[in-house]
Amino acid sequence: MLKLRSLGRPFALASVAIIVFAACSTGGGAATPSAAAPSAVGSAAPSSAGSPAGSSAAAAPITAGYLPKDIVNQYFAAAKTGVDKAAGESGSTVIQVGPNEAKADLQIPFITDLATQKVDAIIISADGTDEVAPALKAAMADGIKVVGFDSSPAVGAYDVFVNQVDFSGVGVNLADWACELAPSCTGEIAILSASATATNQNAWIELMKTTLKEDKYKGLNLVATVYGDDDATTSTTQAQGLLTKYPNLKVIVAPTTVGILAAAQVVKQAGKSDSVKVTGLGFPNDMKPFVADGTSPVFGLWSVPDLGYLSMVIAEKLVSGELTGAEGETFTVPGLNDDKPYTIGKDSVVILGPAFRFDSTNVNDFDF
Amino acid sequence: MTEAASTLPAPRTPGGLVSTLARQRELSLVAIMVLLGALVTLTAPQFLTASNISQVAVLASVIAVAAVGEALVVITRNVDLSVEATIGLVAYAVARVLELHALDAAAAIAMGLGLGLVLGMINGVIVTVFRVPAIVATLGTLSIFRGLDYLVAGSHQVPLAGLPPGFTDAARDTLFGIPYFVIVAVVAVVIGSVILRSTRFGRQLYAVGSNPEAAAILGIPSRLVVFTAFSLCGLLAGAAGVLWVMEFGTINGTSATGVVLAVVAAVVVGGVNIFGGSGTLAGAALGALFLGFVANALILVGLSQFWLQAIYGLVILVAVSADAIILRRIKRANVRSRSR
Amino acid sequence: MSAVVAPAKGQRRWVTLLARWETLLVIALIGLVLLGASLSEFFLSARNFSNLIAALMEVAIMALPMTLIIVAGEIDLSVESMAGLSSAILGFLWAEHVPLEVAIPLVLVVGSLGGLLNGLLVARFGLLSLVVTLGTLALFRGLALIVLGPRGISDFPPAFTELGFGHVPGTLIPWPFVIFIALAVVLAIVLHRTWLGRQVYAIGKNTGAARFSGVRVTRIKVGLFVLSGLIASLAGIILTSRLSSARADAGEGMTLTVVTVVLLGGVNIFGGSGTIPGVALAVIAVAVMQNALRLASVTVEVQSIALGLLLILSVVIPTFAHQAKSAIDRVRGARPPPADSVPGGERAIS
Repeated sequence: MLKLRSLGRPFALASVAIIVFAACSTGGGAATPSAAAPSAVGSAAPSSAGSPAGSSAAAAPITAGYLPKDIVNQYFAAAKTGVDKAAGESGSTVIQVGPNEAKADLQIPFITDLATQKVDAIIISADGTDEVAPALKAAMADGIKVVGFDSSPAVGAYDVFVNQVDFSGVGVNLADWACELAPSCTGEIAILSASATATNQNAWIELMKTTLKEDKYKGLNLVATVYGDDDATTSTTQAQGLLTKYPNLKVIVAPTTVGILAAAQVVKQAGKSDSVKVTGLGFPNDMKPFVADGTSPVFGLWSVPDLGYLSMVIAEKLVSGELTGAEGETFTVPGLNDDKPYTIGKDSVVILGPAFRFDSTNVNDFDF
Repeated sequence: MTEAASTLPAPRTPGGLVSTLARQRELSLVAIMVLLGALVTLTAPQFLTASNISQVAVLASVIAVAAVGEALVVITRNVDLSVEATIGLVAYAVARVLELHALDAAAAIAMGLGLGLVLGMINGVIVTVFRVPAIVATLGTLSIFRGLDYLVAGSHQVPLAGLPPGFTDAARDTLFGIPYFVIVAVVAVVIGSVILRSTRFGRQLYAVGSNPEAAAILGIPSRLVVFTAFSLCGLLAGAAGVLWVMEFGTINGTSATGVVLAVVAAVVVGGVNIFGGSGTLAGAALGALFLGFVANALILVGLSQFWLQAIYGLVILVAVSADAIILRRIKRANVRSRSR
Repeated sequence: MSAVVAPAKGQRRWVTLLARWETLLVIALIGLVLLGASLSEFFLSARNFSNLIAALMEVAIMALPMTLIIVAGEIDLSVESMAGLSSAILGFLWAEHVPLEVAIPLVLVVGSLGGLLNGLLVARFGLLSLVVTLGTLALFRGLALIVLGPRGISDFPPAFTELGFGHVPGTLIPWPFVIFIALAVVLAIVLHRTWLGRQVYAIGKNTGAARFSGVRVTRIKVGLFVLSGLIASLAGIILTSRLSSARADAGEGMTLTVVTVVLLGGVNIFGGSGTIPGVALAVIAVAVMQNALRLASVTVEVQSIALGLLLILSVVIPTFAHQAKSAIDRVRGARPPPADSVPGGERAIS
């Protein structure tokens, strides 16, 4: 990664030149096949630069700044593999920058510096909806295209936001998995969330609660919702608290990758893998051992590399002018969404697709 | 700072009145814990179950091991704010070599301890050779060690599956019903206490902390003593880092962020005088256990964990104020006994 | 560690040394600017400078009272949490429909009270400022979390957010920079040109002697901590405005940068010496360094290491420079006692 960064400047210059001389033609030609299954994307390595011209390029090469919430979280490293893959196909350059803690005041200087460097596009997972908005708007005023992913900046502070998953779907999924894991769909369940401010988490939890009201789930009794702050220690303490406080607990639902892992470890350490099950959203790599030993037989997530891939492709299309981010625009990305077109929805949001279910039959096929 | 130092009493021996008071601190901690336990049990009966207590004790033992090291440094009238970065860096290094199968478990643990020792020695050199005050030196190395951790780890996270099977079992395995972690913490306390009580180094440690000038006059190699204290602190932080891997299993560059507050709080609450020169390792370990139970109790009583940070702060303030009051009493007592 | 550097006694020698320290800073700053310009063609633009300054203003503002406190031989580690508490209270009050004209003064009062707590515990009860403010570092942050919880409040009026993010009309000068300069000028005059300022130095050099010569040590120290709390809460308000959002975790981790900037500015960690212009120069130097590193795509982990090294070096270099100077003096036979033989126990608690 370091190497790539030190090469960044020559690349940037080269790509600026290419943009100046290349017409804004949108070569929608035969893109490399990227299977719908996440594994294909995850394992793909970015092709070396210099390949693009005319071959399989989906768009003209651009220079994009990739600005995750923090550069420590493996989630964003997984998304970066997708960004790099898209960049490799088009010959674009990606500059990864970001703070080592997910804090808005640390993220803002990186936005202004990317604007100073006059990148073509910024792909950002916002550390705070409103906090980063003024800086992003200033960048957009300079003609820089902004693509949000994972965590949205305020509406108006991005051109397109790529939502990782169909939100209403996740709430139903969580309820379904809990139902599946609780013996004959009855008993006490509890939620271990990230933080009470996390917009995603709250939306999913609300939808899950709504779903739980349906007849099918009437045996399930949601006894508590606790918050682990997406911190390993706090999540562990909270999960221990749940086990202690609710001896009859059947399922812990953790719609956060940190929380589900902490909960699974706590349950396993307490020797309760048989009586208490863990589900939610987690990384296949984290959860493999718990799928194997039965602590967490079922869980889900979207394809994180595909999320990065789609974000980068959209950034290229915005820069080329193929997309403007207006509601109702449609486009196809070969290899994603079963090759069916994506439609830009309200507030310029694009949805990657439904959550992906992992269990013992498929979890070992994935590597992220 | 100047004022604070001038209130120090004349050189004291670790025995006598001070150790009585220190022992009182430990007794009072135990008493408070029993009281707290009784109160919490009334609202949340699960508090007093064996599984809950052993879970709390296991987590607290990790902090306790680091707190014992911190106590050694604080007794010499210094402080080490970099412990959490040492814990984090060692934890990542150990987890990573295990994931890469570069070393077997025993060798990885030895490497972790060695790395901790080296990091502690770096602190010791900066403080004693380059004469940078401990707070500045360790605030700096906090940033440097954590930076190294980020640098080495990048966005990689060692998953539980990356560790050898059984490695994390140590966190829940027991010997005669006592978790291994607790045994490790007790062993650290016992060995440390024996060294402090019955070796020359132990007496020198207290002497340097309670009255540096007098220690210098007595010919105590205070720089060497302080260097050793920092090195041992690093070693124990390294041990805490190894325990951290076993306890949490999943390790990345941010592991153990913010832990320094718990460690320092444990030391202060445990009655180790922050002016140096007094305090016991058992006190520091009990302090860690105490804070662990407070955190657990808050959750069981249903109080938001947001209270935890404020309570840590309050506990530190109350404990140092109590120390200051005790010191004043000692001073008065000394003056009285001398005038007699 | 007891036998750490004993600062020189002669005022004049320090003045010359500090003059040189500030010269050194100016040279370092020029070097950094040249480095930045060579690293990135975008470095030398007015907008870049505007951005790089804006990014560090809360730290810069908190560094000013910290300078006075460290000169007086104390330290205040709680400033970042006070900034967070102020942000949280401001957000809470705004969410409860308290107008900002009322909420902001209230927040400043809370900041002063927090500073008063620190000051009383340190100056009246004779507790170590390091430990007291480590305790309030946790306490204030905890209170912030209790007040606001984990939510963020962000529907502030544009006029308020303009304060933090906007510029002086017609220029690229950020408003917080104006506040910083105004505060710096006032505090520089107080510290360097008034009887009060001389008392602060006297306390830092030798508290006992200062007390005997009639300096109201306790009162001045309490006053300094109140000032620190007040200005930290101002920084919290500015941060809230710049982020257009109030959060309980605002400002987390800033204390390290604040202390680094102050020490880099030539302030002696043992008290008794240091200047506001030096700290102001250090603020700009650190801002330029961070920006140059970012533009050069140097990763944050390296920046973190660089900051830590700078902090340690900012103490090591003056110490060794001082020792070298004493050694030269000794060779000349001018000053018999070498500085490092003076027992530094009186201010050695570190």
